[in-house]
Amino acid sequence: MLTILFDGVAYGMLLFVLASGLSVTLGLMNFINLAHGAFAMVGGYVTALLMNRAGVPFLVTLPAAFLIPAILGVALERTLYRRLYGASPLDQVLFTIGLVLMAMPIADFFLGDEPQQVNLPAWLSGSATVYGVGISLYRLFIVAVCGAIAALLQIFLVRTRFGAQLRAAVDDTRVADGLGINVDRIFAVAFAVGSGLAGLGGALAADVVGGIDPSFPVKFLVTFLIVVTIGGANGILGALFGALLLGVLDVAGKYYVPSIGGFIIYGVMVVTLVLRPQGMFARGDGR
Amino acid sequence: MRAAQPTATTRRLEAHLHRRARWRWPEIVFWVAALGAIVVLPSRAALINEILIAGLFALSLDLILGLTGIVSLGQAAFFGLGAYSAAILASKGFADPTLGLLFGAAIAAVLGLATAPLLLRGGDLTRLMVTLGVSLMLGELANRNGWLTGGADGLNFSMGKVLGLFPIGFTGQRNAALYSFAALFILFAVARRLAQSPFGLALAAIRENRLRAGALGIATSRRIVAIYTVSAAYAGAAGALLAETTQIVSLDLFDFHRSADVMLMLIIGGAGYLYGGIIGAAVFIVLRDVISAATPEYWEFWIGALLVVLVLIGRERIHDFAVRAASSLAPDAARGDAA
Amino acid sequence: MISRHLVLGAVLGPVLGAALLAAPALADDNTVTVGMILPMTGPSASTGKQERAAAELYIQRHGDTVSGKKIALVVKDDTGAADVTKRLAEELIGNDHASVLMGFGLTPLALAAAPVATEAKVPQIVTAAATAMITEKSPYIVRTSFTLPQAAAPMADWAMKNGIKKVVTIVTDYGPGVDAEKWFGDTFEKAGGTIVEKIRVPLKNPDFAPFLQRVKDDAPDAVFVFVPSGFGAIFMKEFAERGLDKSGIKLIGTGDVTDDDLLADIGDSALGAVTAHHYSAAHNSPENKAFVEAFEKANNGMRPNFMAVAAYDGMALVYQALEKTKGDASGDALLAAMKGMSWMSPRGPISIDPETREIVQNIYVRKVEKKDGALYNVEFETIPNVKDPYKAAKH
Repeated sequence: MLTILFDGVAYGMLLFVLASGLSVTLGLMNFINLAHGAFAMVGGYVTALLMNRAGVPFLVTLPAAFLIPAILGVALERTLYRRLYGASPLDQVLFTIGLVLMAMPIADFFLGDEPQQVNLPAWLSGSATVYGVGISLYRLFIVAVCGAIAALLQIFLVRTRFGAQLRAAVDDTRVADGLGINVDRIFAVAFAVGSGLAGLGGALAADVVGGIDPSFPVKFLVTFLIVVTIGGANGILGALFGALLLGVLDVAGKYYVPSIGGFIIYGVMVVTLVLRPQGMFARGDGR
Repeated sequence: MRAAQPTATTRRLEAHLHRRARWRWPEIVFWVAALGAIVVLPSRAALINEILIAGLFALSLDLILGLTGIVSLGQAAFFGLGAYSAAILASKGFADPTLGLLFGAAIAAVLGLATAPLLLRGGDLTRLMVTLGVSLMLGELANRNGWLTGGADGLNFSMGKVLGLFPIGFTGQRNAALYSFAALFILFAVARRLAQSPFGLALAAIRENRLRAGALGIATSRRIVAIYTVSAAYAGAAGALLAETTQIVSLDLFDFHRSADVMLMLIIGGAGYLYGGIIGAAVFIVLRDVISAATPEYWEFWIGALLVVLVLIGRERIHDFAVRAASSLAPDAARGDAA
Repeated sequence: MISRHLVLGAVLGPVLGAALLAAPALADDNTVTVGMILPMTGPSASTGKQERAAAELYIQRHGDTVSGKKIALVVKDDTGAADVTKRLAEELIGNDHASVLMGFGLTPLALAAAPVATEAKVPQIVTAAATAMITEKSPYIVRTSFTLPQAAAPMADWAMKNGIKKVVTIVTDYGPGVDAEKWFGDTFEKAGGTIVEKIRVPLKNPDFAPFLQRVKDDAPDAVFVFVPSGFGAIFMKEFAERGLDKSGIKLIGTGDVTDDDLLADIGDSALGAVTAHHYSAAHNSPENKAFVEAFEKANNGMRPNFMAVAAYDGMALVYQALEKTKGDASGDALLAAMKGMSWMSPRGPISIDPETREIVQNIYVRKVEKKDGALYNVEFETIPNVKDPYKAAKH
């Protein structure tokens, strides 16, 4: 029973890190970035390839799994994404689906379509029993890392000057610009953080989802979107609670009532949105 | 409350509406060409059939997205439901295609009516996700009720002859395409009429500004529910056509990618003037066919690259360029009634 | 507005029409076209890649002419969608004049093409989909892969003989999984064993963790598993992570879970898993050694799996049938030649049952072991000439 709860929390934490980048771009910057999963895929590949081909230890690969997608994110943001900030949502959808369609065959072409595995170090594999509760060590690790990321992110966005500038820039780009905020730079950094988080999420998820393969960007796209919408698109805490709720309900549902396990996350989303169209944890006015 | 005597304004309006309702020659050329393609290219009838069905599917999205401005990522719910309804009806022994088509459209319309209230609240993102959620739940429902739907193995069935006369199947591929063509044409004509009716004008008002439309005395919620139901019926009809002409249904009909593809087709062809979905479907499917024949593993890359370029250059600019190119070829045509 | 866009349509129309016309392959009387329909993109893409590579390898090793006919291989991507499979089957026959259809990655895809094969009288060689009833859906279907009952029933016999009494089954919830569950369960219970629980996992985005927790709580002697080709890695990892390997629960199954394609990457968590299947890349025969070596050489070191060997044998069947008919590529002649054909495949001796058009082959019991530094399914027991028990029970 507690094991299931713990698994659910771990799964939710993972969903949070995967989706938090999306709640930055989609929620804060109002950019529908369906290519989010492609950055997660890059992060996963970075970790898997560094480990399997260069023998780099797992922990050391994680910063790279954040940095490389972040750099890629900035490069794409500067060259392509920024042109579409003011564009219609339909254009953004068309454009980012295009990017996903390009990313998958590129990965397939260079790395093949068999999943690249991340083989965890010995100290992270297996499970331990604490007060009769079986706890997988890796999932414990995920909960710790993801919890730290959530805290950092919250502080970053709410407590720092940068966070305030970002929110100002999103709320009213022209006024923020007029106040001397370098909006361009703010957006670039936010986008980089979002992409980097996706990459880190991909690296952490690789083991749990059975390896990283070229279809990763679409396999989890719908799940990302669900997390962000349930949480309410504008806030890290919302996304965190949304992700945890989904994780626990999904895992518990599959354990206790396998016959309807697949419905649960969709059902939760639809019910949430019917009751609270702006998401469960949105600010009152929904903006 | 209508004035007994038609004023000059209402008369002018009526004349305008009447003029708009006339079929113009490029439209006639369009339909004749589509029919001609089926006759001239019998060996590609299966592909043309797929284009016609995708065109009808995209038309159903145009009704809500293009005419009314309501976004949806869940058209696959109605498409799949229509397909499964027609398939299950046929597998129970009622194998008449026309009956199945009407049945599929009707069942989808019922679901549309039932889920339309979900669209009345929230913003675009909420709508996208609610509609997507509904379609994924239906897919799961079909998966879980294998006794009725065949589950993940899909459902095979055999189909009767169209109107009791024309067999569809491998030897009747052209019949299948002609059947889809007829259904598309009739439903298109109805949609065209609908768009030009006062109801259609009210939808346009809602699209431009829902608050203002409400202030003008338009019952916006009821109109949205109505057009969503019609759109669902259209998507259901498209699904039923696909099921009947391929004689198999499988769970991927409810997939996210069906909803996404149809949106791509509509955006490529241009939303809001009803022909966009059909043109977009033709462009998308033919491109996919040609590219994936050349490179079966990597065709997605080239489609993706095209989409990116299309957005970066700007869809409008490409359309304008094509129109200008066309006008240099046929000066009369482009002038048309561009006003 | 309407006209403006329609003019655009009028410009595009001829372009699209030309594109449609340009596609047909140049077919003449001396070419025999084999139309391969495979999922080359999407979640089952690995099946498509393996099969395509194997079919091309066969042509490369045996030349592209047989009985004076030139063999042309046309590969189409159906993205795993049944309606596309059906359309491609119609077009391959109608437009590309294919004499044989081959491939079909999943059960609904094979079923979608069945009525086309029947109506067009063209042999449909199923080289992947493994639900037992597929061959009954058209008299033109021939199978060179395997059926789930063929592998699951011998597994149950082996388990019984080796002291396993209580088993939990976990299968993916679709045709092949249900087949595996039924034939393993029935055979095992008939022999006196107990099935503690039958768990079915959804096909999409499977997460085995909660289900494996149930297995652990049930504490059986062994867990029998079927997952589709490509999902084995995630299952194995979670099996080890939950500590099921250490709690003495044996892992048995059909060979899909220890797919050769993935085995090298799964890591040591797969060690010791016992499976019953018709092909292992480690099969000890000169035919197989040559096949594996040529396959790896032609494909950047990719290891052939049971999908590859099925496509390889599919091509072998086409070649041998054409030899027998002396180049007559009409559907009925080819089909008649295929029935009863027997030959030595890389997997061992195989034949096509003339009554059911189903493959008859050896089933091997194998254990995952480390060999030359890499993981392989090492065969240690052979059950010769297994017919599909599903159809055998009917006849």
